[in-house]
Amino acid sequence: MVEFRMPSLGADMEAGTLVEWLVKPGDHVKHGDIVAVVETQKGAIEIEIFMNGEVRQLLVGVDKKVPVGTPLAIVRTADEIKAGVVAPVVLAGPTIQPQVTPTIIQPLVSGPAPTLPLRSAEPPSGARRIRISPAARHLAQKRGVDLAAIRGTGPDDTIIYADVERSLVGVAAPAERKHAVGIDLDAMRNAIAAAMARSKREIPHYYLEHHIDVTKTEEWLARTNAVRPPENRLLISSLATKAVALAARRFPAFNGFYRNGKYEPANVIHVGVAIAIRGGGLAAPAIHDTDMLSLDQLMLQMRELVQRVRAGRIRSSEIADPTITVSSLGERGVDALYGVIYPPQVAIVGFGKIVKRPWAIDASVIPRSVITITLSADHRVSDGHAGALFLAEIGKLLQEPDQL
Amino acid sequence: MSDLDILAVIHEELGKIAPEIDLAAVSPSADLREALDIDSMDFLNFITGIHQRLGINIPELDYPKLLTLKGAVTYLEAKRKLHEA
Repeated sequence: MVEFRMPSLGADMEAGTLVEWLVKPGDHVKHGDIVAVVETQKGAIEIEIFMNGEVRQLLVGVDKKVPVGTPLAIVRTADEIKAGVVAPVVLAGPTIQPQVTPTIIQPLVSGPAPTLPLRSAEPPSGARRIRISPAARHLAQKRGVDLAAIRGTGPDDTIIYADVERSLVGVAAPAERKHAVGIDLDAMRNAIAAAMARSKREIPHYYLEHHIDVTKTEEWLARTNAVRPPENRLLISSLATKAVALAARRFPAFNGFYRNGKYEPANVIHVGVAIAIRGGGLAAPAIHDTDMLSLDQLMLQMRELVQRVRAGRIRSSEIADPTITVSSLGERGVDALYGVIYPPQVAIVGFGKIVKRPWAIDASVIPRSVITITLSADHRVSDGHAGALFLAEIGKLLQEPDQL
Repeated sequence: MSDLDILAVIHEELGKIAPEIDLAAVSPSADLREALDIDSMDFLNFITGIHQRLGINIPELDYPKLLTLKGAVTYLEAKRKLHEA
């Protein structure tokens, strides 16, 4: 039997609140399955499990806040099942009854909450019986949502946590409407504030910038996309992210963590991609093994990630372990951005927008498409000389898109 | 399919990207990137949604024609007529 524990979702996380179990004892799980939702400073995070087996017991109940490392569930591993290991001796300590079976309650007709118009087309009805998960009910009570007006999307039309969250967009006051479902922007702002203040307090940043002629890269991209349907098209940001990942292979001083007074280079390359949250806010979840992905795979993952993060559905493994970050402000942004390193990482690479510039080639000046790449790096780990080589390597790779 | 249906599909696809925006209040000639605060990834998702819903493939070179609600309706209507002809 193995304990499944509250994961650490970043250096600044000490505890998390379990808001929903997505499995119950007896359920079979496999590597990568999402088993629970945990509320942290960064918002509601979907927690994945990284083993195959069967859930035996849930140890922590819904709405309990527990420290990182606390056992959440007992799992019988696939090997144990194969070997015929039987159920464990009952462990000491409280056992939580699984609460995934929907309970039937009367709708909340009058609550302390404002009765602002809801988005659902269905009118509230006082008599209808409602199926709702415990986490959803708790959230609805906390926020004063009228359950009768929510359409459940769970089994047997059960209202689940996400359904209540969706309805909150409709009931929020106008001033706080403009944010994605499932993300608490105030908590996210606090998390950004804590991480960035720590970064500027502890990390001696140095900054470099480099201008790259990407006219040929743009032409290659236009040729490539011309024969592709929209769903298979590439964006320059996927090329940029891949170039950083490949360069990080050759320059390990920019890919890793500075912890407990020393630098630990990472042996994998998980590029964190900075994604703006509508209404303000930022997340930089990791794309795992970025350097091993083809451009098409990487683009697909970036598209999926952007949509998921903006909908407030970040997975635990993505938030916990980026080894380097890329920030790209896009076509409506500015010429250059100097990032603040996300601790305990040691580097962040910034891409400005592509602009037409007069560019000298041999004896003539001609208009070319130019992008400004910047590097903010940790001076405890590397020096400007190495940083310059790293940045130059990214620029070189970006100019040979068919090699990416 | 009428102009109105095309506009409804446009509204639905943009609604997926910017759910908090009241599209009825967006001027037909406003730049969607500004009005909705969307980036190139959002715009590509919009174009992809249109392709999947209406079966109209929009080449990159035509993107500028779809930067306003009015422009998008005009463009898609013309494309659809071309298909039928």
